[in-house]
Amino acid sequence: MEVSSLAAPLDVARIKKDFPILERVVHGKRLVYLDTASSSQKPLVVIEAMSRYYETTHANVHRGVYEIAQEATRLYEEARAKVATFIGASSPDEVVFTKNATEAINLVAYSWGRKNIGPGDVVVTTEIEHHANFVPWLQLREETGAQLRFLRLGDDGTLDLDNLVQVLDGAKLLAVTGASNVLGTLPPVRTLVDAAHAAGALVLVDGAQYVPHLPTEVLDLGADFVAFTGHKMLGPTGIGALWARRELLEAMPAFLTGGEMIRDVRLDGFTTNDIPWKFEAGTPPIAEAIGLGVAIDYLRGIGMGAVRSHEQALTSYAMKALKERYGDDIVIYGPPPSAVRAGIVSFSYKDIHAHDLSQVLDEVGVCVRAGHHCAKPLMRCLGVGATARASFSVYNDEADVDALVDAIRGADALFG
Amino acid sequence: MPGLEDLYREIILDHYRNPRNRGELESPPAVRTEGFNPLCGDEIVVFLDVAGDVIADLKIAGQGCSISQSSASMMSAAVKGKTVAQARSTIRAFRAMMSLHVQQLDGPGSDGDKTGPETGPERSGAEVAADEGVALGDLEALQGVVKFPVRIKCATLSWHTLAQALDEAEAPASGS
Repeated sequence: MEVSSLAAPLDVARIKKDFPILERVVHGKRLVYLDTASSSQKPLVVIEAMSRYYETTHANVHRGVYEIAQEATRLYEEARAKVATFIGASSPDEVVFTKNATEAINLVAYSWGRKNIGPGDVVVTTEIEHHANFVPWLQLREETGAQLRFLRLGDDGTLDLDNLVQVLDGAKLLAVTGASNVLGTLPPVRTLVDAAHAAGALVLVDGAQYVPHLPTEVLDLGADFVAFTGHKMLGPTGIGALWARRELLEAMPAFLTGGEMIRDVRLDGFTTNDIPWKFEAGTPPIAEAIGLGVAIDYLRGIGMGAVRSHEQALTSYAMKALKERYGDDIVIYGPPPSAVRAGIVSFSYKDIHAHDLSQVLDEVGVCVRAGHHCAKPLMRCLGVGATARASFSVYNDEADVDALVDAIRGADALFG
Repeated sequence: MPGLEDLYREIILDHYRNPRNRGELESPPAVRTEGFNPLCGDEIVVFLDVAGDVIADLKIAGQGCSISQSSASMMSAAVKGKTVAQARSTIRAFRAMMSLHVQQLDGPGSDGDKTGPETGPERSGAEVAADEGVALGDLEALQGVVKFPVRIKCATLSWHTLAQALDEAEAPASGS
């Protein structure tokens, strides 16, 4: 596979050519895709790798001893090693493939949570979480009688950490996002991890919006669990991962059970396979894992430092352009453009509902998310039912932002 | 490919800008029912006052996009003063009109609404309306929403909520 090596600033015109869907014309306009936080587009190399796998290599993994089964197994495990390297894990054994970040977090809530959390035990999460890192803990509370505490949203769109020590006191787990999918806020994970560990709590980081966009070294973050998903990082849907420290995974009971995850099954019981396969019951998403591996090759070819710099610059450009054009008619949520903000810009325009605004934007080919972004507790804090959200990736440039900024005015004709 | 004009018809924008029967009723005696659109967070509250078998009054509160708000407004105008049976007929006809499977879509449609009954009926909204003896009138302006499958839920939110409110109004009195 050919991966272009690009120096910063990114050659976005060239990158765009790697994504076939960006050649689409919608309503007579070029597709301006600004919804990567929801799901990213895929470069041709990913699509072709998956196709080629099915055309030449498909067989089940870890079962057959014939050539193509060996090849399929090798490709699947190579993809795991690529993920491990990408996030700075000590070993591929610490990377469990899941369906997505949601399943990865549920794996922790069900397996680690049911074993380690009992009545009165404290789990801490935050008001800015995606439902994927919120509802599993509500469910755990319902089932175990655990106590839930919350870090609150501060005035500036960051987490209020004034009472961090008190909130973490006696806690067994802190579950926090690495990057807010609504506000773009990047909480200070290392600080949170140190405080949580000092309090005796483990830390789960929801990396769904973090791992695809920032250089990630799980050992430097210091977290105990990191969950993320492939389809937000140029890979296919249906594949995600949970990284956790080896000793944690080894001590955790199986989550889903069946084939692949066992070592032996008898009438009186079963013994589980080694990690990570202990957590991969049934035939896994093989082509998807391979596709994710190629997506990682592509991102590494650009360089995650360059990815981050590009998206940070684009976010600053977008926030400035929106404010300059629309002034007080536009409200942008979250912290100002800075080192603590990811490439996500949620906004409201006048009192026009986000659904209506995004429908108008669609008319000129501009794709943004509209709604509550699966973060209803946060939306209640913000006092809004829905926002529009633009989010960026390596294939976006200032012309994409300009298209968004120009198109917003179009809503006035219908709703102004 | 459907365009904005298919969705935002003038009558819809009129109901959005000047919503009918907006407000609240004291509850009780009125039935108060909330509906949520899980997609976008829209919330509709229907206040329903049924006297005998007639919808004596009905108010709509909550917030949402132009489609959910105008649909609620048109619904209120269509059923206020009508009998409960007539309202139920209108609900059936409207739901049929909002069905993906009886419309000619421009492209492959997704199965947009799995929670509602829109995916079921074999007959068109007009046929159901004729069978039910109701006229959809202005409500037919919402027909274009079906070309935007993701937004069908916006249009049907208030109708599901009204159906629920009617059920509650007709339920055996619980202690009152």
